[in-house]
Amino acid sequence: MCGIVGLFLKNADYEQELGRLFAPMLETMCGRGPDSAGFAVYNESAPDGAIKVSLQHPDMTYDWAVLVAALESRFGAPVAFSQNSTHALLAVPADEAALRFALAELAPEVTTMSVGRRIQIMKETGTPQEVVARFGVREMTGTHAIGHTRMATESAVSTAGSHPFSTGMDLCLVHNGSLSNHNRLRMNLRREGIEFRTENDTEVAAGYLTWRLRQGLGLQQALEAGLKDLDGFYTFAVGTAEGFAVLRDPIACKPAVMAETDDYVAMASEYRSLAGLPGIESARLWEPEPGVVYSWSHA
Amino acid sequence: MNVVDLGAATVRELNAALHAAEDGTWRVLNSRGAHALAVGLNAPVRVEIAGHAGYYCAGMNQLATVMIEGNAGTGLAENMMSGLVRVKGNASQSAGATAHGGLLVIDGDASARCGISMKGIDIVVKGSVGHLSAFMGQAGNLVVCGDAGDALGDSIYEARLFVRGKVASLGADCVEKEMRPEHLAWLAETLEKAEADAQPEEFRRYGSARNLYQFKIDHASSY
Repeated sequence: MCGIVGLFLKNADYEQELGRLFAPMLETMCGRGPDSAGFAVYNESAPDGAIKVSLQHPDMTYDWAVLVAALESRFGAPVAFSQNSTHALLAVPADEAALRFALAELAPEVTTMSVGRRIQIMKETGTPQEVVARFGVREMTGTHAIGHTRMATESAVSTAGSHPFSTGMDLCLVHNGSLSNHNRLRMNLRREGIEFRTENDTEVAAGYLTWRLRQGLGLQQALEAGLKDLDGFYTFAVGTAEGFAVLRDPIACKPAVMAETDDYVAMASEYRSLAGLPGIESARLWEPEPGVVYSWSHA
Repeated sequence: MNVVDLGAATVRELNAALHAAEDGTWRVLNSRGAHALAVGLNAPVRVEIAGHAGYYCAGMNQLATVMIEGNAGTGLAENMMSGLVRVKGNASQSAGATAHGGLLVIDGDASARCGISMKGIDIVVKGSVGHLSAFMGQAGNLVVCGDAGDALGDSIYEARLFVRGKVASLGADCVEKEMRPEHLAWLAETLEKAEADAQPEEFRRYGSARNLYQFKIDHASSY
């Protein structure tokens, strides 16, 4: 069992309040996943020519300034930097491949959580309440966010095994369920050049979507292809730079409920997580149909 | 009328009060999708939930009437023994699962596995039901005024299924059966009880072909 939540704002007036609306959604799912929690928030784009990267090191006293200086010297331009608990958020004037290469070389002890124009992923072990407080989620702003509270089944309780998983620019995925064909699929995707950092099944689903998007498919088509290629139980919530999507497997053992108003689209494993959203009393509420892709986009 | 505000009281306090009551009406405010509301009741009380209910609402109900004015989550009225449970909105998966008796009325739709392993309950869904409804249904009746999803009545025993709309597909060993006068009479009575706006003649009946669960003496040497 795990809990997943997503909030995609349609009304820009709410962007300053994304964290305030989103944090209680995540906290309410503690009962479904007390082991670890994480979230992806999509906010303002990195400056032109730069990309955002979210990095993690378990030591709170880790000296990020050393890495920042090394990256500045490598790319010959300033690197914006802020620390949030165990995570550091950088905006680096580089492309994705050069940045990933530089990070692997300069700081192999650091874990890359996300890379993209707009995405920032943060995740840690602990209850959702602890994770929300640790990262100050209530103060966050942005256009959309997805989150996950984990009750581990498939691999160890660790920061690396927490969701969301991101394997490509701005894409991330949270998952309630378990995949049964992830080992073979991981092998095939590695051959296609997708990199994996854990043995986790959900990372394979994220890698699969990255691969499909690289082939030129849209998010909707990539998920539809996933219905054929991913075997197992899943409710997915997926974020991209401009979009948000939800998909349940055709058997639909894992729950999901959605709400839509003129101001937002929200999804959660259970209605309880939606109960505090503004205007929920008059929102359109529904359970996503099995095997049907639901997607929204700002683009 | 007793009013319990779940903004102030806990679900445990609500259920304890309901278990102690012998009759009377209880109105529950601020339910906000909380789980296990009004479970294990065993007296002719009436409970009105003024909002959405979470998982297992009215589970194991005996004698009580539970009305939900919003939607209900997974496992509504699971293992109900008797009484009446009615939801004005939609019900999530596995509504009426394993229930032995009583009447469950869903004014909206029910999602997958409605009436899974039902053992004697009567379920009336005014909207449609999702896939694998009445899976392994042993006894009782499932009445669907709308459509039924894939694999209706898969591996069914002796539950009776009545569907007014389209059936996406029938599950293993589930077949259409003749609608006899006693079925029409039972439907007329039940639709009226459920306040459903439908005529018995509009329904088709489905049930077990009895090929899957019956022991065939001819095959005895195979085992």
